Amino acid sequence: MSDIVTETKARQAIPDRLGTPVSRLLGSWEVLLFGVAVVIFIANSFASPYFLNAWNLSDATFNFTEKAMIAFAMAMLIIVGEIDLSVAAIIALASTAMGAAAQMGISTPGLVAIGLSVGLACGAINGTLVSILKLPSIVVTIGTMSLFRGISYITLGDQAYGKYPADFAFFGQGYVVWVFSFEFVLFIVLAVIFGIVLHATNFGRQVFVIGNNEFAARFSGIPVERIKFKLFLLTGLMSGIAAVCLTSRLGSTRPSIAQGWELEIVTMVVLGGVSILGGAGTIAGVVIAAFVMGLVTFGLGLLNVPGIVMSIFVGLLLITTIALPIVVRRIKFMSKK
Amino acid sequence: MKKLLKHRELLLVGIIALMVAGFATRAPGFATPGNLANIFNDTSILIILALGQMTVILTKSIDLSVAANLAFTGMAVAMMDAAYPGMPLALLVVLAVGIGAVLGAINGMLVWWLRIPPIVVTLGTLTIYRGMAFVLSGGAWVNSHQMTPGFLNLPRLPVLGLPLLSWMAIGIVLMMWLVLTRTPFGRATYASGGNPTAAVYAGIDIGRTRFFAFTLSGALAGLAGYLWVSRYAVAYVDVAAGFELDTVAACVIGGISIAGGIGSVAGALLGALFLGVIKNALPVIGISPFAQMAISGIVIVAAVVFNARAERKAGRIILRDRGAKEVSA
Repeated sequence: MSDIVTETKARQAIPDRLGTPVSRLLGSWEVLLFGVAVVIFIANSFASPYFLNAWNLSDATFNFTEKAMIAFAMAMLIIVGEIDLSVAAIIALASTAMGAAAQMGISTPGLVAIGLSVGLACGAINGTLVSILKLPSIVVTIGTMSLFRGISYITLGDQAYGKYPADFAFFGQGYVVWVFSFEFVLFIVLAVIFGIVLHATNFGRQVFVIGNNEFAARFSGIPVERIKFKLFLLTGLMSGIAAVCLTSRLGSTRPSIAQGWELEIVTMVVLGGVSILGGAGTIAGVVIAAFVMGLVTFGLGLLNVPGIVMSIFVGLLLITTIALPIVVRRIKFMSKK
Repeated sequence: MKKLLKHRELLLVGIIALMVAGFATRAPGFATPGNLANIFNDTSILIILALGQMTVILTKSIDLSVAANLAFTGMAVAMMDAAYPGMPLALLVVLAVGIGAVLGAINGMLVWWLRIPPIVVTLGTLTIYRGMAFVLSGGAWVNSHQMTPGFLNLPRLPVLGLPLLSWMAIGIVLMMWLVLTRTPFGRATYASGGNPTAAVYAGIDIGRTRFFAFTLSGALAGLAGYLWVSRYAVAYVDVAAGFELDTVAACVIGGISIAGGIGSVAGALLGALFLGVIKNALPVIGISPFAQMAISGIVIVAAVVFNARAERKAGRIILRDRGAKEVSA
């Protein structure tokens, strides 16, 4: 706890002088991350002659849009001081439910409704366990993660669902205008909505308050449990949306769909500058982090780097981005002494 | 508290006994001593890992990289054995423990020096270690014919009627019991998870305690890496994928509080055995192995609900105390 206390203090410390708005902006995590994104972009375009091409870049966005949709909701959940590790399992379950429904001949609107309601239902289960039964979210969602994916395994075993209606493919493979895919447009729209909700509404304010001091939030009359429940519901819904997009893009469902995504999504959120201890973070940061991760994995893909080696880069990215500010702060502290 | 814990472990013993008896009615051979010894042997690796995980959880941390550590170490020793068949077996085992300890120490150092939350550190090293296993092997498998017979046979070596693998698990249970209840490190582990503020005032270095807990967990994962590879006679990158969750589940079922400071070696052992019995019983009573994941999910959630009831303080709590929030961190 001692380290947690010091971390909180460091975050809440108020400097004597704020500095000019420009210097504050330049020193912010989002700008730093944006710089990283630009560097990776330039490096990619030098590394591969195929990189700088509108269609190629459009393809690259598929690498992160689905994960980023969940990451927005996950960011709010982490800011409030909880976590949901079952998101990828919710995708698997929602996708399985849609697959089973498609087998029975249900049309596209029905499939989407099923996918979203399975997501909501799973979110409601997590939310009930965490906010009503007051259990630690990290263990609860580890449990529901194997429960949700387990149900997919029971249903599917080693089989797969294919045979989705032809117009279902639009969500994952369709384009709205020119190179802008449906998924990418949805990603942008959701980013804007989440940005407004988190940074410009009472609800968002309350999320930050709970994350910074749950005790004080309770005394201020904020319905802590209700907000946490809503956030779990929201995370479930976003996982449902991601399941629709992913299933539509792949055109098939296996129980191992989206395996390990929970870690990538948490990485994306933390890389985006959201404090894993809760109470701080921005949607803009998560958006840029999504681009960074998408560009890194896509760039490495163009260089024929196998997926599992990319995961090393993602892991290193996660640790270094968190470690770097801490190391810098410590060096500053030392030099002041 | 002590009474409650004792009570809880007895309860778990009762549940496991009931389960075994119940399965025995469906499959007559299930409760024979021979089959029970088999189940124990099957669960040995989980027991070893769960004890390491438990030490880490006691300090209010979590180690999600154990299975990746196991995969890397297992791959490393299997490749060494395949490349240099002359290498003495004892050296390989020591190397496995050593490599595992180094990987664990890396986690520990990141937690101790940089104060990065353990879940983030091990989430990162989880992917890094497994990636390293791929880089090391180039994605290739090490198959049984490439490994030396001595390397493969060690865990199967019968000693007094039980395979050596079972004896190792028993030995490590005893060792961990000694370490956690009879050494200053053990006390420090409980103290730094149970009440970190008080621990600091008592002169306990929480960071250092966590570092050693992670190193210990890593060393046990390394040993488990060798045992896994030699027992299943194959090493590949995806060995034990997702097994870290089983170790956490064993701890949670065994009554180790995820908030740190509460739990016993017997609890972790019984938690692992509980999972082991279920895993072995499913095919026997004719339930598809695909159902296993969902069942362990339900068991984990049920165990958490049960733990929370047992840990809840008496009296009405109007406002939850601040301590509850740190659980998720």
